[in-house]
Amino acid sequence: MATPASNRALPAIAVDPTNKPYFDAAREGRMLIGLCKDTGKHFWYPRGCSPFTLSNNVELVEAKGTGTVYTFTVMRTKEPYCVAYVELDEGVRVFTNIVDCDLDEVKIGQKVKVVFKPTTGDSPPATMFTPV
Amino acid sequence: MSINGKAYIVGAFEHPTRKADDKSVAQLHAEVAYGALQDAGLTKDDIDGFFCTGAAPGLGPLNMADYLGLTKLRHFDSTDVGGSSYVMHVGHAAEAISMGLCDIALVTLAGRPRAEAMATGTAPRSWGVNVPDDPFEIPYGRTVANAYAMCAMRHMHEFGTTSEQLAWIKVAASHHAQWNEHAMLRKVVTVEDVVNSPMVSDPLHRLDCCVISDGGGALILAKPEIARSLKRPLVKVRGHGEATKNQNAGYTDLTYSGARWSGPRAFEEAGCTPQDIQYASIYDSFTITVLMQLEDLGFCEKGQGGKFVADGNLISGVGKLPFNTDGGGLCNNHPANRGGMTKVIEAVRQLRGEAHPKVQVPGCTLALAHGTGGLLGTRHGSATVILERE
Repeated sequence: MATPASNRALPAIAVDPTNKPYFDAAREGRMLIGLCKDTGKHFWYPRGCSPFTLSNNVELVEAKGTGTVYTFTVMRTKEPYCVAYVELDEGVRVFTNIVDCDLDEVKIGQKVKVVFKPTTGDSPPATMFTPV
Repeated sequence: MSINGKAYIVGAFEHPTRKADDKSVAQLHAEVAYGALQDAGLTKDDIDGFFCTGAAPGLGPLNMADYLGLTKLRHFDSTDVGGSSYVMHVGHAAEAISMGLCDIALVTLAGRPRAEAMATGTAPRSWGVNVPDDPFEIPYGRTVANAYAMCAMRHMHEFGTTSEQLAWIKVAASHHAQWNEHAMLRKVVTVEDVVNSPMVSDPLHRLDCCVISDGGGALILAKPEIARSLKRPLVKVRGHGEATKNQNAGYTDLTYSGARWSGPRAFEEAGCTPQDIQYASIYDSFTITVLMQLEDLGFCEKGQGGKFVADGNLISGVGKLPFNTDGGGLCNNHPANRGGMTKVIEAVRQLRGEAHPKVQVPGCTLALAHGTGGLLGTRHGSATVILERE
């Protein structure tokens, strides 16, 4: 009994001055992640300080956009959707949705790649993942 | 500095309502405060310390202090870490009393999510404005249910935990709730009932989730000299620990909770071990919450929680660790979507010997209450207290 991913309406995203570059890149189909230049370590979610050193010596760098499912769940609401943490190849675990597939077939460890899904009006797209 | 022996819980009251159509949140705060004062044998003007959270209407403690007519306050604290706050407030109140900042502290909780028809677990919800993680989580439909379900899914993957093992937690709670006339769900359920109930967020079924209820509760803490002058049994605060767990910059590990840190801090201060605990109130927003906290508090090895809770091990009179003998959040009450208060109250009942006779732990002198507040799968507060009947 398959559960196709619904195309539920996504709310507008609250863009602020600090996260705007992330969402500008998302509009262009690129996924960025944080890089702490003090330590050379990636971090998630994007922010204006390093969660390792607290300095503002940080930048956003492009991620490969591929990873594996660390964990997931299917919300059995009227429009079912799959919430997941995807572990990117760069190592960080990203809170996201798995889309464009049979939600009953999603598995931990499954390989996935990034897709961008439109939200409301002029708001930037959401960063989601689909099985490779 | 240790709080061990510096403060006592002298009053406790749980509001009997589970659906407060005819009462405001502020009135519920007043009713639980009055109930706890009556229980303690004190009056309003004895209170010089006040503790509540952001769930109390108004700016910090100010509007409730005004509504309740608290005019003698010289110490207050509105630390808000969701449902764990009230366990933490016990620790904070004991600290304040031990430092002489106040002598008699009141802690209140009230709310009416049921009367307001709130979709507590299944609708995306932000904690406020300008929250920096919201743009990276809310559009993905983050809810209370799925933030806990993802922990359960990972726990099953890493340790082989099963839905049937999780179900035993609900079964134990229901065995206790049958004796509680105020409990929302008094019917004893089976493992089959739980795993056959509708799926809410895989792998959590409807019966893996706590109730949504109105009401509240209150506690009164006092310094030793005052506690000894009152007529109620002496319930001493022996230890307290608190912690936050976060996403660790994107390197989150969902197999454990903040209890891994708050538990040992509380045990160290109390000078005892998990093996000494005769009764435990364990936060039960979902069955998985209980299982992970039991592991992290040291009642069993990490990954062995499923085996530990199975076959009635949490049922009073049957298993080794009687838990949530009021029926807990899973069956009795989860007022204002915050279960920490009722966790402390049932521990106090057990230590006083005032739990229902069918679930009373004989000779209960050492109890633990633990809370998790916020979301197990993203960021949460964790608080543990250890209480002793003197």
